[in-house]
Amino acid sequence: MSLPLVVLLPFLGAIAAPLFAQGGRTAIAVASSVPALIALAALFPHWETLADGGVVLHSYEWLPALGLSFSFRLDGLSLLFALLILIIGLLIILYARYYLKAHENVGKFYALLLCFKGSMLGIVLSSNLLLMMIFWELTSLTSFLLISFWTHKQDARRGARMALAVTGGGGLALLAGILIIGNIVGSFELDDVLAAGDQIKAHAMYPVALTLVLLGAFTKSAQFPFHFWLPHAMQAPTPVSAYLHSATMVKAGIFLMARLYPALAGTEQWFYMVSFTGMATLLIGAYVAMFKHDLKGLLAHSTVSHLGLITLLFGMGTQLAAVAAVFHVINHATFKASLFMAAGIIDHETGTRDMRRINGLWRYMPHTATLAMVAASSMAGVPLLNGFLSKEMFFAESLELNLPGLWAWLPPIVATLAGIFAVAYSARFVHDVFFNGKPVDLPIYPPHEPPRYMKFPVEILVFACIMVGVFPAVSVGPLLQIAASATLGGDVPDYTLSVYHGFNLPLVMSFVAFFGGLLMYSQRQRFFDFHARFKEIDEKAVFEAVVLRVVDLANRFTTRIENGSLQRYAMLLLVSAIAVAAMPLLGLGIFVGENGLSPVDLPTGIAAVLLIFCALTTAILHRQRFYALVLLSVVGLIVALAFARFSAPDLAMTQLSVEVVTIVLLMLAIFYMPAWTPIETPLKRRLRDIAIAAVAGIGMTLVTLAMLTQPFSSISDFFLENSKTGGGGTNVVNVILVDFRGFDTLGEITVLAIAALGIYAMLKDTALTPPPSDGEGHAWTRDSHPLMLRLIARPMLPLALMVSAFIFLRGHNLPGGGFIAGLVTSVALILQYIASGMDWTEDRITVRYHNVIGLGLLFATVAGAGSLAFGYPFLTSTFDYITWPVVGKFEVASALIFDLGVYLTVIGATLLALVSIGRISPHSAIKSKKEGA
Amino acid sequence: MELVFALVIGALTASGVYLILRARTFPVVVGLTMLSYGVNLFLFSSGRLATGQQPVLGTAASYSDPLPQALVLTAIVIGFAMTAFVVVLSLRNLADNEDDHVDGKQPYKSPAPEQEEEVNGK
Repeated sequence: MSLPLVVLLPFLGAIAAPLFAQGGRTAIAVASSVPALIALAALFPHWETLADGGVVLHSYEWLPALGLSFSFRLDGLSLLFALLILIIGLLIILYARYYLKAHENVGKFYALLLCFKGSMLGIVLSSNLLLMMIFWELTSLTSFLLISFWTHKQDARRGARMALAVTGGGGLALLAGILIIGNIVGSFELDDVLAAGDQIKAHAMYPVALTLVLLGAFTKSAQFPFHFWLPHAMQAPTPVSAYLHSATMVKAGIFLMARLYPALAGTEQWFYMVSFTGMATLLIGAYVAMFKHDLKGLLAHSTVSHLGLITLLFGMGTQLAAVAAVFHVINHATFKASLFMAAGIIDHETGTRDMRRINGLWRYMPHTATLAMVAASSMAGVPLLNGFLSKEMFFAESLELNLPGLWAWLPPIVATLAGIFAVAYSARFVHDVFFNGKPVDLPIYPPHEPPRYMKFPVEILVFACIMVGVFPAVSVGPLLQIAASATLGGDVPDYTLSVYHGFNLPLVMSFVAFFGGLLMYSQRQRFFDFHARFKEIDEKAVFEAVVLRVVDLANRFTTRIENGSLQRYAMLLLVSAIAVAAMPLLGLGIFVGENGLSPVDLPTGIAAVLLIFCALTTAILHRQRFYALVLLSVVGLIVALAFARFSAPDLAMTQLSVEVVTIVLLMLAIFYMPAWTPIETPLKRRLRDIAIAAVAGIGMTLVTLAMLTQPFSSISDFFLENSKTGGGGTNVVNVILVDFRGFDTLGEITVLAIAALGIYAMLKDTALTPPPSDGEGHAWTRDSHPLMLRLIARPMLPLALMVSAFIFLRGHNLPGGGFIAGLVTSVALILQYIASGMDWTEDRITVRYHNVIGLGLLFATVAGAGSLAFGYPFLTSTFDYITWPVVGKFEVASALIFDLGVYLTVIGATLLALVSIGRISPHSAIKSKKEGA
Repeated sequence: MELVFALVIGALTASGVYLILRARTFPVVVGLTMLSYGVNLFLFSSGRLATGQQPVLGTAASYSDPLPQALVLTAIVIGFAMTAFVVVLSLRNLADNEDDHVDGKQPYKSPAPEQEEEVNGK
């Protein structure tokens, strides 16, 4: 339980801390320290286990199906990082107490700081890679919020955005990499992943996974070419720079490399990618640091350089190099955090960070100056300080690299060169700030020592630098031992931590670096002049320009695709549908299958020619809407004939009745619409559309032809065999609809009902005035309800109802059924509306069609649910034979009730739709107005 | 027979696709109807073309595939519901925007080429 507690406590603290903001800065600082103190106390008892090479694992299930667990794992490496995070975190809390001004939003600051602390602890303690990923992203977010803490500064906002974009983008790559690794290993648990190193490295996806993971690590740890975000993150308050952007968060990428070292390292790809990236970063950071006039800018580039150094050590792939890397993590964190704090003190006391103005501070703040000088010496690698030890190990390792031929010289030369730069910029930090004449035009003058306890954290860290530097084996030995062992996944090579290893090549390199650096600093003006010849690239401007370009590109793409034109969307949809369908179909290469073609009989041929003619003519004449409609109805009728011709009587009947209703519907609609369609698409566009249509048509022809001539097997034998015995009907199509696939049908009539209600809702308050005349200028006829039609229509109604009842009842055994009967009834009723008018009909048919729909759905559902009462699944049907007088033996199936539901729903929906359209005529609008008056 | 049937479906599809790409609502509705004829015939024909084999037990020696028929039967009815819905949508569009352009409004008046000024085929 203690490990999740360590991670979650800071988050709880983040909620609680702002409550103390009222009590002043001291109160909130004390309150914010509590989580870290508890965490340290909670970690302490585990030391024994870890010293014995053990691992502490606390695991809880979260989303096992995704491989995500809430599990935490403590080993030497995570303990080292956790201690850095907690202890430096405590010092930062104290430091920030004096750094922040009383009027600033300290509550927000401490809450964010604690959130960051929890996230960072989450990264180092997570045992599940997905869980780690969550915390990883959280650190990017909190870093973003902390960099932009002074939201009124534009530079801070931009720097924050840049940091988020770079680290967040890297986070996405890392997530992809982790998913690949998880896929290879079959688990996201760290123990499984670390144990599966050989399996991962042998896998075909290893190069991809490694590249993605390294992208995540390099962006986070500001490696070249992603290093540019870190200097711009220096717009943050200095405690944030010291904590996130030198001691902890930027080490997350380093941590990741150390964490996954057993799983990923040891290959050529690892060596080249990691070591060369590290080398480039080391050199570029050190070089640029020398020319920065901003105190924090110098430190930021120095941080970049040192991160490169650690990366290079990990890239070397030797065990000793990994030990040196872990060691340097500790050392860099201590001296760089103290330097940042010193820089913050100077900024705080002088009001500027410009080294051209800050000079000779030794006279004003000797105490701070002493501390800063010791830390800077450690950064430069001066003996008896911790920086010297790890740098010496680094020099030694750079000589051990087995590169072919002259390349073997590269690492030591780069290392020495970077060492020279490091000494030079450290010398500049010391000399330019504390000596070198008098201060120039300081905003706060005269500067003096900061409050006592603001220096305290610096003292602690500097003390650590000296302790580690003088007594390495005693002070840091055990911790380094278990951390290195955890990194390497077991055995640690022999190494001795001591100040003097005898006179050897690394020592020579150190001397060269030291005196070379001092020489370089003394000749700095020449280098400055040299450097000034190159135009400085403002990464921020480049970055903003790139962002703007991307946004612009995205906008342009979106406006091209989504221009608000349905025509464009329809075109894109159809073209992509054609493309998607064409790709696999073209590969088939089948035109006529093995079954071959059967002969055509004359009537079928004539009907087909007529249909094709009408279909194409509809498209050609579509601007004359009435003719198009007439042609469309011919097409529909021939389709009905086609169903009849090819053994589908039910379909033929359905199509016929639907055709009638559809044409009536479109006739009604055309009454309100313009009679003509204007030409408004240019000829080129129409030719393009014709081409699309032709491709679609030809494609469908080929697909149909290939399908129809292929032999096939169907699951329909089941339905044919069980229709009579299981469903009690001989019309298999109807039995499928109301019995086997009854659930589908229930869904379909529900859709029908919803469509009808939607139509009703859309037209409820719509008023439309039809054009005063038809397309050819004829006024509408006054005699709206011709006598002949009226006289025929009325006796037709009972006749039609009887026919529909007949069709309905016989449907189970012969072509017919609820759908068809419903449509026939609808047509008969619609005929009354057409023949005698809305008012006349509505006076006589007082049923509300909404209720008919509802009743239909109710019948269908109840018929289905009825079977539940007898312990059968929903929509199980039953049937029996009863004998009626006169009629004789008679079959009754419970499916009949279901079919009745279908029947009613079809009637209700059809009539509701048509009557709604009929009702928008201005005539009825006038009538309703009169009634209202 | 199969070739004729395939050509019918091709013609229905081509006509439907061309009409769907028009700029006014009515041709689009007609196009959708046309396309659904084609699709229904296509789905139906996946049970292959048979003569005199209606799937009503006891009326034929062998039976055509009843399953596509059942599917297409509901498809026809739903297709009608969809057509009705789209027609009403276009009517509502006409009422609200006083225009029957598919975009609700005319996004741009494309400069119609001179030779096509003889609008309405008159």
